[in-house]
Amino acid sequence: MTNKLQQAAVSNTAARRNVMQSGWPWLLVAVLAALLPQVIHNTYINDVAINVMIWSVAAYGMNVMLGYAGLLPLAHAGFFGIGAYAVGILTLKLGWNFWLAWPVGVLICSLLGLLLGLIAFRTRDDVFAILTLGIGVIITQVINKWDALTGGNDGLNGVQPPQFFGIDMGKSAHFYYLTLVTLAVVIFLVARVRNSLFGRSLIAIRGGEDLARSAGINVYTHKLRVMMLSTGLAGLAGGLYAVYIGFLGAAVTGPATTFTILLYLLVGGVGTLTGPLLGTLIIRVLQQSIQGLQDYQYIVFGPLLVVLVMFFPAGLAGIWTRVQAARSARIGQGSKEVQDAGV
Amino acid sequence: MLASDHPARPDVLLEFDDLGIRFGGNQAVQGVTGRITPGVITAIIGPNGAGKSTFFNLISGFYKPTSGRILFGGQDITKAPTHEVVRLGIARTFQTTTIYKELSVLENAVLGHRVRTNSGLWDALLGTGRERRQRAASTEAAHVALARAGLAGQEHTLAGNLTQEAQKRVSIAMALATEPKVLLLDEPAAGINPEETVNLTRTIRELAAGGLTVVLIEHKMSMIMTLADHIMVLHHGQKIAEGSPQQVSRDPAVIEAYLGGHAEPHVKQAATEELAAEQAQIQGGHHA
Repeated sequence: MTNKLQQAAVSNTAARRNVMQSGWPWLLVAVLAALLPQVIHNTYINDVAINVMIWSVAAYGMNVMLGYAGLLPLAHAGFFGIGAYAVGILTLKLGWNFWLAWPVGVLICSLLGLLLGLIAFRTRDDVFAILTLGIGVIITQVINKWDALTGGNDGLNGVQPPQFFGIDMGKSAHFYYLTLVTLAVVIFLVARVRNSLFGRSLIAIRGGEDLARSAGINVYTHKLRVMMLSTGLAGLAGGLYAVYIGFLGAAVTGPATTFTILLYLLVGGVGTLTGPLLGTLIIRVLQQSIQGLQDYQYIVFGPLLVVLVMFFPAGLAGIWTRVQAARSARIGQGSKEVQDAGV
Repeated sequence: MLASDHPARPDVLLEFDDLGIRFGGNQAVQGVTGRITPGVITAIIGPNGAGKSTFFNLISGFYKPTSGRILFGGQDITKAPTHEVVRLGIARTFQTTTIYKELSVLENAVLGHRVRTNSGLWDALLGTGRERRQRAASTEAAHVALARAGLAGQEHTLAGNLTQEAQKRVSIAMALATEPKVLLLDEPAAGINPEETVNLTRTIRELAAGGLTVVLIEHKMSMIMTLADHIMVLHHGQKIAEGSPQQVSRDPAVIEAYLGGHAEPHVKQAATEELAAEQAQIQGGHHA
């Protein structure tokens, strides 16, 4: 399974860069997103948008591992949960300020990610995926059973939204901007990582570990660092989730959530910069619009996913790059030139 | 005896002593002792399954030997991880052309230079000056490596769209971008046509003339005879002969290894003459 996903990521990386090189489409999207609450005063739409952005951050976290380094981390929701519970416990039980608890939660996730990596990177490919899946289950179980710390089955109730220089972030419109700024910073940083020497080394590891080693890349330390980045981003999203929802239960930290995030990535396009946002947006909006079908909604989702994976294995972002490639092939008439990522 | 007590011997770059590796019950390489002289092209030959690629995997740090040791410039690298071996100056290519086909030629070479940079995740996130400087330096080093490998002007082509020969050159460029002292080439001419082989031979000769130490595994005898200054012959994981191309091609043990123990004496005689004739022809052609 990991191989299939890697192939999708590979085919996305090649032609992807033309669009991503220039920042202006992103700027346009950011401006439109910033105007949204000003134009549409609708708390429902606001709520959907906030959820999309929070889960996008989590999806970007998974993408740096799966899309760039070619490793499928199936404990991702566990780290999302650790970030969320860290914020919940630190603010509720220790009375910490959210603005301190949030980065501390991210730090905890990164360090635990490092620990996991020290063990998990002794394995490769599918074994790695299965091992991390097991760790994910353990994380959920610990959260569920450790009553004194996490509230166990009852969960953590009443996590308060933060104040920002006297502004109540609990107001939906205000929280919208907090998540928007967070997401924007995350996308900016992930783009930077992708184009850096570090990020290109990750792509090299994805393309073939032995070849990366022969090029002198220290595969192990690169994997450890990208793991820390990935789990840190999961924790970042978790922290936002904790104060937005206000209630934490163990269920959200389980494998089902991990696979939902994976679904966002698959739909959006693994290994692309737009994919995580695009996939999260489309799936969550679609989910909202067929909510009335309740459990029957999977009758819609299932076949849709099958069709997508069969005909567009590189996701929605992959369709775009395919169109781009076809157009440039027509214009260039067999010109084999490709863009380099900032080289 | 190994020269570990006076490590800076200028006439030895790489030496291995009683080198061996065992995979379960299979002794793939056994008791190989020898040295690689700097600035010289050394060829490693031997029948299929002789342990040539395994030997390469040992000296490039991919496999850890189960016996013996490896010294590079007097330093013990027997247990060093691959990236450390590369950093010290031993680069390699693979038997099957292994490159990043979905990346541009330039990006392939840039990856080869990663071992000379130390910009990490924080540099990437913060966009530090070190990141920018090292990125520029990597691009420059990649251009130099591509020029040396004969790929100037093809920097922005997708590596997977190149001919077999050019892809071989990309893998060589990637190795050169690590700025090695020794270049290990595992069957550089496998799967390319005779004309391309001649071109590639010329490139390798130019690299050696520029001071690079080259060690290659090759099956194409014509290429070995024109290129190699020194030949080492492996058979069943053991070194059975060593010397100049002339010496090795007349060595009875080598002929025995290539033709098998059951070949009729007159067949062996004919083969020896044929080899000598081919060699004379190549030498003549080379000097003409």
